[in-house]
Amino acid sequence: MTQQINISQIKGRVTRNKIYKGIFILAISLAMLALATLLYRILSQGLGYLSIDFLKNYPAPYIEEAGIFAGLMGSVFMMCITAPVSIILGVSTALYLEEYATQNRFTRFIQVNVQNLAGIPSIVFGLLGLTLFVYLLAMGYTLIAGALTMSLLVLPVIVVASQEAIRSVPKEIREASIAMGATKWQTIWRIVLPASIPGIITGAILALSRAIGETAPPLIIVGAAAAIYTIPDSFLSKYTVMPIQIYSWTARPQEEWQFVAAAGIIVLLAILLCMNAVAVWIRNKFQKRY
Amino acid sequence: MNKWKLIMLVALAVLTMGVLAACGNAPNETENEEKETKNEANASEETSEETELSGPVSIDGSSTVLPIMEYVTYEYNQAHPEVEAVLNSSGSGGGFKKSTVGEIDFSNSSRPIKDEEKAQAEENGITLHEIEVAYDGLSVVVSQENDFVESLTVDQLKQIFLADGSATKWSDLNPDWPEEDIIIYSPGHDSGTFDYWNEVILEENPMREGENTTLSEDDNTLVTGVKSDPYAIGYFGYAYYIENENTLKALAIDNGDGNPIKPSGETIQDNSYSPLSRPLFTYVNVDSLKEKPQVYDFAKFTIENAGAAAESVGYVALPEEKYQEQLDEIKELAGK
Repeated sequence: MTQQINISQIKGRVTRNKIYKGIFILAISLAMLALATLLYRILSQGLGYLSIDFLKNYPAPYIEEAGIFAGLMGSVFMMCITAPVSIILGVSTALYLEEYATQNRFTRFIQVNVQNLAGIPSIVFGLLGLTLFVYLLAMGYTLIAGALTMSLLVLPVIVVASQEAIRSVPKEIREASIAMGATKWQTIWRIVLPASIPGIITGAILALSRAIGETAPPLIIVGAAAAIYTIPDSFLSKYTVMPIQIYSWTARPQEEWQFVAAAGIIVLLAILLCMNAVAVWIRNKFQKRY
Repeated sequence: MNKWKLIMLVALAVLTMGVLAACGNAPNETENEEKETKNEANASEETSEETELSGPVSIDGSSTVLPIMEYVTYEYNQAHPEVEAVLNSSGSGGGFKKSTVGEIDFSNSSRPIKDEEKAQAEENGITLHEIEVAYDGLSVVVSQENDFVESLTVDQLKQIFLADGSATKWSDLNPDWPEEDIIIYSPGHDSGTFDYWNEVILEENPMREGENTTLSEDDNTLVTGVKSDPYAIGYFGYAYYIENENTLKALAIDNGDGNPIKPSGETIQDNSYSPLSRPLFTYVNVDSLKEKPQVYDFAKFTIENAGAAAESVGYVALPEEKYQEQLDEIKELAGK
């Protein structure tokens, strides 16, 4: 009697297990299907238009001559400014909040705000960049203004990611370091930072990937150009970036431009993939086991 | 141990930066070289009729006018690579926000400048000179699958599009038409296209919104929406209709005189496709025109090439004499 109950209970559990497994497989296959469709469409449309010339050319009204060089270079230069600015500021903020700040109402207030900032629509950062950098600091519609706006955009994400990474360093090794007579700064510099670098870099690169990919609305506001025939040679140059170029192609009435846009998207995806690969590589390389 | 990893990391960072810088620089140099050779070629080709032009030309404004101006800036860049023409696209209104405070030289627009924008410019001591670059015919379209409607009067358009208009079903317009909801696709409120529609059809009255109405700033979204639904209606620039001629049907519009006219190159150019043919503009800052030789040269080049540009990107050129007139006007303004 009791045995029978047990068997039917186990059977129930096994079926439930199967059902949930099925649901999860369904969930991931839906996601994979969407990704596969996207990749297939982009690749089948864009590959034919992808060539060395496409990488080397400036925007043009003729499909054969249009290229993404200005956007590519603009994006790379922008990252060269955005990455150091946002990483240095972001990691410093995280260090202060985690290591130095005393837990009181004020720090909690800052915490909550940083987390909220991470969820603010990018266009708001565009408007902030316009008021602050373009007008107030009189930078005009230039590369540096755009890059600093992007830094603001990704800063909250980097702060939150770095905080998580720093927090996950075990208390024991900190205490060990201090017990050995190290000062707080020595502990941070030699123990905490190296241990949290995988998390920090992964977060930073994912945040920067967002900056390089999803930037059209804020950057249109701070003046990234739709067509430009020079690449930046100083902080105060005019510039454009890849998403703006792609956006201006997709808005054309002629269908062929959609394919050119697809080629641009392939280039953008390739760069994003490289950045993410670097993130994974750094994480594996510096992973520590405690 | 930790120290070593840190050193390695710094080394990696330096290396990455170095690679990035190298990537950045190498094409930069070849580009400069290319430019130099181009300059030489140009210098040897050009006779001494013009002094060497350089400096920035900044253009912003309507995304409708963008393809025309992109054509012009591209061709201009081929001829004068040392002039840095930069073209942005922040909408007609966005362009005027910048041009009325003197930030840019050219402000593209798919509608005439508004009075308050003019006042704003005057306040800042700026004069903007209007240049017509091409015509566009706002095309009212339905799907090819729609087999009952061929033409509409302006009054019928009002009934469809006005918030307090009387037609929500096709049968409200004509009892012979199916009793199906009219699905509306319209450009969003920030676009110059909507502004023009607002002026000539809605006459500044609120448009129907909410159920059965889709607003989008992306004209291709409107095209896709209309072509797949036999009971949908939408409007957008002529170029978008021409590119989708085999899936969309442009309606003939009756201006109240009982003679419906379809949009075409001719009817748009001679203005018989009324009231929906509209000119596209660029407004040049008159001070820039006088003081910066490259701006004057660019303005001249724009007028000379706007016709070809318009045709190549799907708009309609102005009559030749109209361009000539405008050329004379800017010559006079610039004092040349």
